[in-house]
Amino acid sequence: MTHWFAIIMGAALFTLMIPVIYRIWVGPTSFDRILGVNVIGTKTAVLLVVIGTLFDRVEMFVDFAISYALLNFVGAIVISRYLNRTISLKDMEAREKEGARKR
Amino acid sequence: MMSWLTSFQCLASAPTETVGTEGGFLVLQVIGVLLGVMGLLFFLGAAVGLLRFPDFYTRMHAAGKGDTLSTMLMLAGFGLVTMEDLSLGSWLLLIKIMAVVLFVYLTSPTSSHALMRAAFEDDELPLTEDDLRNSKRGKRRKKR
Repeated sequence: MTHWFAIIMGAALFTLMIPVIYRIWVGPTSFDRILGVNVIGTKTAVLLVVIGTLFDRVEMFVDFAISYALLNFVGAIVISRYLNRTISLKDMEAREKEGARKR
Repeated sequence: MMSWLTSFQCLASAPTETVGTEGGFLVLQVIGVLLGVMGLLFFLGAAVGLLRFPDFYTRMHAAGKGDTLSTMLMLAGFGLVTMEDLSLGSWLLLIKIMAVVLFVYLTSPTSSHALMRAAFEDDELPLTEDDLRNSKRGKRRKKR
């Protein structure tokens, strides 16, 4: 019964990841994509516990889940710091033109 | 109910001795399955919100909240389902799983906050009522 619960849960998790992957694919801004990656990373930590239940080795896979959650957090923080105040070249040129016009 | 009672008797008398309850306790498993299904429901809400909401901040609202709570519910459900006896090892396993939950509870809002701040300082504008009125769907509504 535990195995069936784990299998159904893992399949449902994979199915519900599809809309999130759609958001990563078409996301209008880069922040949407990072948000989707963050959600999928958190759910992968859960999925690792599910896989551990299937293999009857939960105590080992929980450690993997902890390290995966840590990597996910660090990645989200680093990418948000990187995207902070990063303007594309086109926007920068447009802003410079506006400034020239004001002068 | 009986298996629940015997589990507590087992806890009181001899924690190292595994009293024969085949494949875990039924009550714990039922509670665990219920928690897991609730977690899936919250994750469904997060996925639908991520798919359907109009601008970045609302999408982040759905994703941040639904993701955190559904992770907690699903991991707690699996911790209860995989608890096969009340020995020291399975208690440690439950505590470890709850440590993952605590970690996610600390980090997921933090990363959401950092992402929101980066987006706001990067001139990502939130959706206002005027935007909704000027959008295609709003015009369609006005015609009716």
